[in-house]
Amino acid sequence: MNEPFRPYAAGSQPSLDTPDYRSTAKRHPLRPRHPMPQTITETSGPRFSPRLFPATTDLTTSTNGKQALGERITVAGRVLDEDGRPVPHTMIEVWQAGASGRYDHPGDQHDAPLDPNFHGDGRVYTDAEGNYSFLTIRPGAYPWPNHKNAWRPTHIHFSFFGPAFATRLITQMYFPGDPLLPLDPIFNGVPDPVARDRLIAQFDIGLTQPDYALGYRFDVVLRGRGATPMEG
Amino acid sequence: MPVATANQTIGPYWHIIEDKALADLTRFGAAGEKIVLTGRIVDGDGAPCSAACVEIWQSDPPASDDFPGWGRANTDDNGEFRLTTLKPGPVAGRGNVQQAPHIAICILSRGLMTHLVTRAYFRGEALNETDPLLTSIEDPAHRGTLIAVPEGDGVWRLDIRLQGDGETVFLDV
Repeated sequence: MNEPFRPYAAGSQPSLDTPDYRSTAKRHPLRPRHPMPQTITETSGPRFSPRLFPATTDLTTSTNGKQALGERITVAGRVLDEDGRPVPHTMIEVWQAGASGRYDHPGDQHDAPLDPNFHGDGRVYTDAEGNYSFLTIRPGAYPWPNHKNAWRPTHIHFSFFGPAFATRLITQMYFPGDPLLPLDPIFNGVPDPVARDRLIAQFDIGLTQPDYALGYRFDVVLRGRGATPMEG
Repeated sequence: MPVATANQTIGPYWHIIEDKALADLTRFGAAGEKIVLTGRIVDGDGAPCSAACVEIWQSDPPASDDFPGWGRANTDDNGEFRLTTLKPGPVAGRGNVQQAPHIAICILSRGLMTHLVTRAYFRGEALNETDPLLTSIEDPAHRGTLIAVPEGDGVWRLDIRLQGDGETVFLDV
């Protein structure tokens, strides 16, 4: 039976059981996911309006108007579905560490300076063609306790909702040429190398604003609809 | 055309985007039977999963200006989440079948490479006996992991076990 939203392609998604990422050891279910037909609960989803959830597309300026430290970057891209159709007017949430590689979060006790002018959260919407853009600073790499001398590659967290509960996507955007990428169990938890490399943004000189900010492009694909959508 | 982008863990620091107001779906004054959906998330050792993100979505009552249908809560140091919402009614299923009242749950956490999806049903609903998803789960103990139990005063509890004995049924949607 064709489902309203098609299944994930083999190898495109990380396994919940990823031994190199230690925290998955006691958190991955042992039984396979129970198959079920998608219903209205899965094919419908929340709508977010900029009235209630205002866009915050400049992460580099604090609420008191002061500038965050670090290398300014514009991150822009397009959100499409698996048929190449734009996903319009959908909310995207982003969060990240500051330039020194520390999150403005009480749980992050990494011995790196916190920038009082950078909190690291943003919210943007795609336009009618699925395009989004925001201004931030390039985050720093940071150590984590997964294994000896473990460092997360530089990344920005992204949250997408798309049109339905079934299209939820939480991912991380990485930066090209990062020497930590081959060593990172979270990035390498994606089995298919092509799918994995699509998590790496591309430097874009066309998006780069002269004398102001480097540009990185990060395009994202949400689950597409099945070939013959079912009613209800 | 490329396939859907890979998921990555939400990590431990998603609270940077947390807004506590999102845990109350009745904050816009929607009318209906107000309930609290609470529960504790534990790992394969029975240890609490703190700082997890629990999102809910319900197709009934239909989302409106008064009722977003969607909410988000964190788990505390004890692994407990708590959301306030309206009790859903029956939901149309495929064909002529009605689904029992339910709330969809999406769990994101450090140590979860992708989100986990499950559902909360409500103990005592007659439609639970004929619900297409519940009846597709043969083992009654497994089925029971999807059924919230009343604690009084409109509070419903659905504890979630990520791994091992009593492991929650997670759904392939």
